[in-house]
Formats: sequence, structure tokens, C-alpha cells
Amino acid sequence: MTAYETVIGLEVHVELATKSKIFCSCTNGSDAEPNTHVCPACCGMPGMLPVANRQVINLGMTAGMMLNCHINRTTTFDKKSYYYPDLPASYQTTQWFAPIAVNGYVTIQTEDGPKDIRVKQIHMEEDAGKLVHDNWSYTSLVDFNRTSVPLIEIVSQPDLRSADEVVAYLERLRSLLRFAKVSGARMEKGTMRADVNLSVRPAGSTELGVRTEMKNMASIAAIRRAIEYETARHIDAIENGTEELVQETRGWNDDAGKSFAMRNKETAGDYRYFPDPNIMPIVIDDEWYDNIHASLPELPEVKREHYVESVGLSDYDADMLTQSRAFCDCFEGAMAAGAAPKEAANWIITNCAGVLNKRGMTSDELPVPGSALGQLIGLVGDGKVSNANGKRLLETLFDLDAQGESIPEDMAAFAEAEGLLNSSDTGALEAVVAAVIAADPETAQAYRDGREKALNPLFGACMKQLKGKCDTQVLRNLLIEELKK
Amino acid sequence: MSENTLFIAENPSEKAGADQLTIGLDDLILTQDMPTSAGSKMLAGFKSLFAARVDERLREAGHHVAGKVNIGEFGFDFLGETSYFGPVVDANGNLTTAASKLLADAAVDAVVGLDVNGAQARAAALSDQVHLKPTYGCVSRFGTIAVACSGETIDITASSADVAQQVLDVLAGHDDSDGTSLPASECARITSGGSAEAATAGEAFASPITHVKVARGLLDTADADTKQLIDAVIDNLNAQGIAVSDTTAETDALFAVGNLAWNILMCAELCNNENRFEGMKYGYHTQKYTTIGELYTKSRTEAFGILTKTAVLYGSEVLATDNYDRCYDKALRIRRLISEAFAKEFANEDAGQTVVLLPACAKRSYSLADVEANPYLAFEENRFTAPAAITGLPALAAGGVQLVGPAFSDAALLRMANILSPANCAGKEA
Repeated sequence: MTAYETVIGLEVHVELATKSKIFCSCTNGSDAEPNTHVCPACCGMPGMLPVANRQVINLGMTAGMMLNCHINRTTTFDKKSYYYPDLPASYQTTQWFAPIAVNGYVTIQTEDGPKDIRVKQIHMEEDAGKLVHDNWSYTSLVDFNRTSVPLIEIVSQPDLRSADEVVAYLERLRSLLRFAKVSGARMEKGTMRADVNLSVRPAGSTELGVRTEMKNMASIAAIRRAIEYETARHIDAIENGTEELVQETRGWNDDAGKSFAMRNKETAGDYRYFPDPNIMPIVIDDEWYDNIHASLPELPEVKREHYVESVGLSDYDADMLTQSRAFCDCFEGAMAAGAAPKEAANWIITNCAGVLNKRGMTSDELPVPGSALGQLIGLVGDGKVSNANGKRLLETLFDLDAQGESIPEDMAAFAEAEGLLNSSDTGALEAVVAAVIAADPETAQAYRDGREKALNPLFGACMKQLKGKCDTQVLRNLLIEELKK
Repeated sequence: MSENTLFIAENPSEKAGADQLTIGLDDLILTQDMPTSAGSKMLAGFKSLFAARVDERLREAGHHVAGKVNIGEFGFDFLGETSYFGPVVDANGNLTTAASKLLADAAVDAVVGLDVNGAQARAAALSDQVHLKPTYGCVSRFGTIAVACSGETIDITASSADVAQQVLDVLAGHDDSDGTSLPASECARITSGGSAEAATAGEAFASPITHVKVARGLLDTADADTKQLIDAVIDNLNAQGIAVSDTTAETDALFAVGNLAWNILMCAELCNNENRFEGMKYGYHTQKYTTIGELYTKSRTEAFGILTKTAVLYGSEVLATDNYDRCYDKALRIRRLISEAFAKEFANEDAGQTVVLLPACAKRSYSLADVEANPYLAFEENRFTAPAAITGLPALAAGGVQLVGPAFSDAALLRMANILSPANCAGKEA
């Protein structure tokens, strides 16, 4: 039996995390009510001119640098013509002649060790709108929120050889792009999607087989299934002549577990690319290049090693933190604000992650700045805020962010304003203790008679009266002292 | 005023004072209170949600925007003959444009439009009016129906150079909404104030024109009357102490293919820009169709005129993958070579500056029968206007001829209008 090798190249589309669209000032947010983030420009009305969003170019450059690419210092936008109802100007502005980044690589881990997957190019472009088909009324509606949302397309060389390698590549891309804040890169939200180009050849052959392309794959599990199906289909066709393989674009039906033909080479359109004369070539000078280069984050594995070797975290804590750039930023910020590393890691991995999870947010959405967390940990450590109130304050910070309000700079002042600062007035504590003992002499007597557990209801009553605002150790000592009098 | 020249505004802006002007906007300039039809059945009655920057600037300056001026379909034809609303003839029965007719009738003081392929430069030259195509990037194109963006500019036609400069002073300026708009300091160079300041500072683009070079190669393709006119202009220039010589044979050879290159670029861009008019969201919508493809095809077939269809097909062909290198890319190279040829011609040893003299068209008048006999005159006789269109250099049409100058020489060119006027040239002949 002949052994076969699968040859795979990926085109990955990633939605950029910019505030506004690529050529107009509309909000970049395609989840909103249909056609609410639209203007004459992104609706392709006559008379509007594109103005390139500088942040898009910054993120395009950042992605290029993260993927070890050469950055084209003069980069241009080009027009790609085709008719489709979700493309209101009847052309897409993309990069064809001089893309922002070329000739990079991404290193993935395989069973045989690290492997470099070459990146042919990264280009910036605008997304098209979204068609919503209503089979009931037999109509199609168009949502233009997504038109002109900025994308980058990352085109790999056909260096991938298995579904495992593809998954490793996609996960690595996702991690790098999230770390560099280029994109949320969430396949389930459609902000990262892949076209899979696949062919099969006898192992050892240097010629490529007939290539098919599966468009718009939006989950890693589906990609794995599609690659396995497509590989088997190709081998079957080669071995048994079940069908004639042709170069074509195919769709993937994940429910049926099958790919289906969409269009072949003969019916493929000629996109008539030409330079967009309304967008001047973008020249990236040294200052611009250096600024972006200086802003690149440390790679997750570099951070991980640093956390274990120098900071002294456990492997588990370091792994958990380096899953997310926001976790790392918060952790480093908390340490800078004086928190002990282990303490800071625990608060993030346990408390922050708990709140994120409860609210259905991802780790990249952690809204708490490291300095705030660091101060909070300090207040709890110093006994100025109780542990429970510390967690309550943390939740309040999430609330503030959700309401679009800024996070306060001074946590002590904030805790005081929220009324969650411990009482440092021992006179007041003594008064409460005295009152509680006076109100429940039987329990007090039981304690004095040697029943130690009787302390708990008394302690609870004190805490209730103090609304939890005290250093619990101080309270406990005071209570025992008072009972022994 | 004939019916198809001016579409009057429903709520025309009022003149702020006696110095303010009555201005017509050509039908590629979007306005909110009047339809913008681009001379096409496709957009007949189309009302924009927003107005062009030039419309805003004119109104802010207190000028009276009187209405929309008819043009040929998408403004790239020979003399407005392809308008869905019909062609315009002057008092002598000659073909003209609505803008030139309105100026001749003194119905407006100036017309502001979009110069795509020289139609208004030709009309002004045939009507003894002043036309300026400003330096590319100095006047915002925001809010103009895009046709051939890499070369088209806002243009001004007026009965005198002073009025043209007055309008230019209002229009010139940076606009963040137009990515090709030059910085404010560069836009200001073409205003009367900016030019005077630059002249004091000894900037070349503001210095007087002391040397005129005649593009003999192109002149050979003009008729006897036109050659005679050029001779009269040359005599007058000499009499004014302006040195006259010829452009080089290399320059002439490039000028001779300038319109071939421009036709490729213009049609490619036109094809791409006008693809958006598919009869779906707005504009003409065919009545009978069964599929969306048929809706697109029939709407476009029924609404576009023959010249637009020709340009769309030609533009589509030159951009096809198999043709790109030998058509579109070559045209871009010719564009660069023509820019370089101009730069060589403009090189000047003394303190003044050099400009190039060209006819505006091959004859001194055209009839409806001429454009009916040859519907493609716009792709042939644009050889005189293509060198300026393809390079974005400023061009003045006055006294029946054209001067193309270095970037930002707009104000200096306008100061030449009187010297070119037939009255002066005729006086010299007598």
C-alpha cells in the first residue's frame, strides 16, 4: 500500500481589534443591531472617499513582526472587483501588489520537535457585509455593520502536513495575535476564520497533487474533521478512481461531516486588481517602525520561563497566567504595586478568573489594572480590608468597567468610599464586643465554661454589627480577652 | 436658458453680499437640496445624503449656489453630448456644454465641476471663457461622483481669470475626508494670497511665466484655424517679452501616446467606480427580471449610454489578469514618463517659470453631426487634455488654447489669461 502525505496551506482571516472601521469612522462592532454601525462610506454610496485608519496599519505591522515577517516600508491598497450583494461598492479594498508583511514564519511544537511554518504574506483588507437569508419569506437581507471592518489575511506556505499541525499552527497564531492585542482571534465569534488549501501526494514525492480549498472554517474541531475527511476523499479518488479530483473551492458541512463542491477554476472570477488611486501609498519611516517594534510584547513562553525561573511561580501558575496577555499585564502590574507574586497569581487565577467565568467573559477581557489589584492585595494583607470585602471590591471594579466608568487609581480611598474599610477604632470594637456579650450571656457563659465552639456565634454577631468591616484577627483576640475578664 | 442646461435648486442659497457670485455646480458634484444625476439615466433624480465639500465651502463663503449644471454621462465625453438630458448647442448652433452656455448667457458667474476628460476645458476654449483645472490634491474631491480618481480634479469655468481665482480661493484647502488632499500649506499655494506670499519669498511656482514651450508634435494634428490661432498667441507672447520655443521631440512623442495611456487608466477606474450602480439599492431599477444577475445586467444595459458601456468594457478588458501588464501597468509607466518629460520642459534657468502651450482641441467649432459621426471623439481628441489629466498638473484654458504649468503654478497661469485672450491676440495681428 502506498503511503500518502497531506500538504496543507492556510489562509487565516483575523478581524483587527480597532475602535473604528478601516476607511471610515464607524464603530468596529459587527455584533450590534443590524445596520447601526454604517455610514455612506461603508455602504458604498457615491461621493465618499476612503481614509486609511492608522491603527489598522499599526496592527498589521505588529502582526507582521510577531510572525517574523519582513515589513514592506511602502505598502499600498488595491481594488478587487466583484459583484455580490454584501459588497456595496462592488469592489473590496485589499492589498495585492505590496502587502504590509511578507516572508515570515511561525514555530509550532510537533511530535518530532519544533517546526517552522513559513508565512508567505500578511495583507490588510476590509470585510464584506453579512447576508441574512430568511427561508420563510424567501428573501435575503443585508447587514452592513461588517462592511469595512478591518481584517488581516495571513497566508501560509503549504508547509503543514497533518490536522495536528494545522491545529498547533492555529493555536499558536491565536496566542501570538492575542498577546500582541492585534485581535481577540475568537473562532466562535467569527473574528478568526480559516480557508484550508489541501492536496495529497505519495510520500516522498516533490510534486503537489490537485488542490482543493475549503472556505470560511470557523472552529478548530471542524477544521480537524474537514482535513481528515478531505484527505480520505483525495486518497480514495487517487487509489480507487472514485471521482476525478479537480482544483476547486469547496464548502464544509460540519453536520453532515462532508465537503461539497462550490466553484471550480473555470468559473472562478477575474478580480481585476489595480491600485486604489484614492489611498496614497503608505510609507513607514524608521520612527514609525521603531515605535511599533518597541511596543511588541514578550512572547508567552519567554514570560512563562521568567515567571518560573526569576519570579518563583509554580509551573501551574505560570501556565495559567501566560494563557492571556491581560493576565500577564495584571500580574506584572500587581507585583509592581507591591503584591507578593504568589499572592498576585492566586488572586488572578482564582478570584479574577472566577468573576470572569461568572460573567461569561474571556481572560483577555480582564478589566482590572494590575496596580488596582496590587493595592487591593496590600489592603487585605494589612488587615485594612477583610478578605470577603476585598473580593467584593474586585467585583465592583468589574461593575464599573461594565458601566463604562474608569477604574479608580487609589484603592484605599475607593474602599473607604465604598464603606468597606475595616474599622481601626478599637474603642468602637470594644463597644460592639461588650454589647454582644451583654445581649447573649448564656453563650458567653458556655464559652467561659470551656465550650470553645461557643465563640463562633458571638464572633458572627460582632461581624454582623460591624458589617464585616474589621480585621478579623484583632476582633477575635478582643472577644476572647473580654470573655476571660 | 434652454431646459436641459440648469436644474434650479429648490432652496437656492442666498448671496451674502454684492461681491459674492452666482455659481452653478456640475452634475457630478453631490448636493443635498438638489438631485445629482451625473448626466445619466442610471442616477436621474438621485438625491445624496450629504453634500460635496466644494458645495459646503461655496455656501459658507456666502456665494449663491444657483443649481446643478447638466453634463455628459459621468462627465468624460467630448462636449456633454452623452447627457441623458440631451446635448446643448450655443447661439450659433455649435455644440457646447451647459456650463459654457450658462456663462455665455450670463446666467451664472462661474461653474464648478469635476474635470474628468477635458470636456469643460474644450468648451471654455471654444467659447472664449477661462477654465482652470487646478493642481491635483489642492481642492477636495469629497462628495464628487468618482469616475477617474487618479486624474480628475474639481475645475472652474468663469468669464474672467479674476472670477476663477476668486472661486479658487474659496475652494482650495486641505480636507481630511479626501486621502489625496495635500497639506494645508501646499493647498494655500494656489490661492491669490498664498501665491503672492510665495512670490515675495521667491518660490519658483509663484514667479512670473517667462518662457512658453509649444508642443509642436500635437499641433500637427490640429486644423489650419487652430494652427493660426496658436501662431497669433505666439506672436502676442513674443510681444509681451515672453520667450517661446518648442518642446523636445521626446516630449512630443510621449504626448502623442498620452491619451492612449489616459484612456486605459480612465476607463479602468470608471469601470470599477461605476460597477456600484447595479439597479439594486438606488438609481435606475429595471422592471422585469427573475434573477439578481438579470436585475444587474438589465438595469445597467437599459440605463447606461453607449459611451459609458464602451468605457466599462474597455476598462474591464485592460484590467483582466492576462492584459494587466501590457495595458494598465504600461499606462502607469507612461504616466510617469510624461511627468518626467514635463519636469524637463519646466526646468528654467532664469528666475521665471516655463509652461507648455497646447491647443485645447483640434478644431475651432464642433456640430452635433460631428459627434454623431464619431461617438469616440472623447477618446481621440482628448490627446490635447490628456497630458494634464494624466499628470495632475494645473492647466489653464483661455483664448482658445491651453497652458500646462508646474504644480502649484495655478495663480501664475491665471495671470496669463489676459495675454492669451483673442482680443489681445487679434490686436497684435492687426
